[in-house]
Amino acid sequence: MLDDLRELYQEVILDHGRNPRNHRNPPEANRHAHGHNPMCGDSVVVYATVDDAGVIRDVAFEGKGCAISVASASLMTEVLKGKTEAEAKVLFGQFHDMCTKEGAQGGDPDNEELERLQVLAGVREFPMRVKCATLAWHTLSAAMAGTDDATTE
Amino acid sequence: MSKATAKRVAAAPGDNSAAAFDVARVRADFPILTQEVFGHPLVYLDTAASAQKPRQVIEAMSHAYETCYANVHRGVHRMSQLTTDAFESGRETVARFLNAGSADEIVFTRNATEAFNLLATCFASVNLGHGDEVVISTMEHHANIVPWQLVRDRLGIVLRIVPIDDDGNFLLDEYEALLGPRTKLVAVTHVSNALGTVVPLKQVIERAHARNIPVLVDGCQAVPHIKVDVQALDADFYVFTGHKLYGPTGIGVFYGKSELLKDLPPYQGGGEMIASVTFEKTTFKDPPHRFEAGTPPIVEVIGLSAAIDYVQALGQDAIAAHENGLRTYAETRLAQVPGLNLIGTAREKASIVSFTMDSAHPHDIGTIVDRSGVALRTGHHCAQPLMQRLGVAATARASFGIYNTRDEVDVLARALESVHEIFG
Repeated sequence: MLDDLRELYQEVILDHGRNPRNHRNPPEANRHAHGHNPMCGDSVVVYATVDDAGVIRDVAFEGKGCAISVASASLMTEVLKGKTEAEAKVLFGQFHDMCTKEGAQGGDPDNEELERLQVLAGVREFPMRVKCATLAWHTLSAAMAGTDDATTE
Repeated sequence: MSKATAKRVAAAPGDNSAAAFDVARVRADFPILTQEVFGHPLVYLDTAASAQKPRQVIEAMSHAYETCYANVHRGVHRMSQLTTDAFESGRETVARFLNAGSADEIVFTRNATEAFNLLATCFASVNLGHGDEVVISTMEHHANIVPWQLVRDRLGIVLRIVPIDDDGNFLLDEYEALLGPRTKLVAVTHVSNALGTVVPLKQVIERAHARNIPVLVDGCQAVPHIKVDVQALDADFYVFTGHKLYGPTGIGVFYGKSELLKDLPPYQGGGEMIASVTFEKTTFKDPPHRFEAGTPPIVEVIGLSAAIDYVQALGQDAIAAHENGLRTYAETRLAQVPGLNLIGTAREKASIVSFTMDSAHPHDIGTIVDRSGVALRTGHHCAQPLMQRLGVAATARASFGIYNTRDEVDVLARALESVHEIFG
């Protein structure tokens, strides 16, 4: 039993879950959206600062949740800084595949960001928890699309 | 095939009529309990979400499909008549179970949620107008909140909310202070699904009736654990669902006093509920059939009836004693787990232990104990306003049924200790 659990709750996850990075509400943010997971009641607000060239200068979030959702939001804010909106979209797709599809290991050494998100790949073995890992990303997508609300449903 | 055969299977009590509560024999009646989860025996502590089914219920339903099935209240043929007899005898079983005055006071619905929507819609259409008030409690399940909000949005009624204290006790005096000249209905739970609090229903009803206000009771979490007598309580409306009582899904029960049901208009229109139909005018049947449009959940009623027979053969007092023993043991045992906080410590409780842990979110708790085979409910328990009142986003909840044991509580406690090890 413990192998799967240790794979899911790696030190990096526990660390980001306890001490989330970029857990703030930046006043200069020009995109934001609320996200919630109706199954557990967790909610998150994601803020992004996007410049005229479409480059994400800053990403931050507020909210409480399980270790998986908080760690995923925290890691997301770290890997997206400096990416374009288009690059963020592609990365979300790759991350989503990594969380849901067998064999989509990420593990592409040329893709540094996906490599960093690899610590969340353990959710594949826990299908009920995929929504926890993707809540912040869905919320970011909603913020980019200019809609205020995102749910994992 | 005879009616007697069908009834014998439906009524088989599982040889548990002995006075002492023999949990091993009860467990032997539940086929699913032999399943393993991640290599561990299933420890099912989510009965408050949905109970497992004894073979007596499963067999009664398959026996009906195999030997005695047709549509009810239609046709002169033998199978229809036999099925109608089995279906209507299920109504009598439910009436006896609640000690209703008559089987005509028992309306079958799809689930408890439909019963709440039925009452909210029908009661509102004849009794509620702008500014009228409905009193509910902080502990209601969404099923007894949202239908009233839909009425509020349509008619402009006002919802008044009975407060609780920090332990989860229903506050009777504050409740009474909410009852006013515009109060048209009190709609409260009997047992909180999230905390296990038993609401002092007798006093709630007495104080409402002193002002001629009828009372609707959500009995979903009560009937599996407490012997309910709607006449002794003097409840006006009482709702429960079959699947939490070891019966099938797809069947809810809506009890209403005859004198109140007769004044309510139909809920849905269709077959079964009419006396006669012309394109100019339709007349409706009397209750309960007025509220049962369309083909009803026939075999589900037969399954529910078998579940009631099963529970009654075990003895509801013996069940309550067994479950209260488990609950108090669990409260003591879990309190020893480092960083664990019991949520809901009301004076009177039934069969539910809700908790949080300092180190881990309920969702993480649920995932970790699942790997030890323990099924817990984690989340807001469809009671988000209650969670807001308690200042938590979610809790983990262990709920106990007739088949649970102290050993299973120990398995849960050890699994929670491993949560503490991972997160601590």
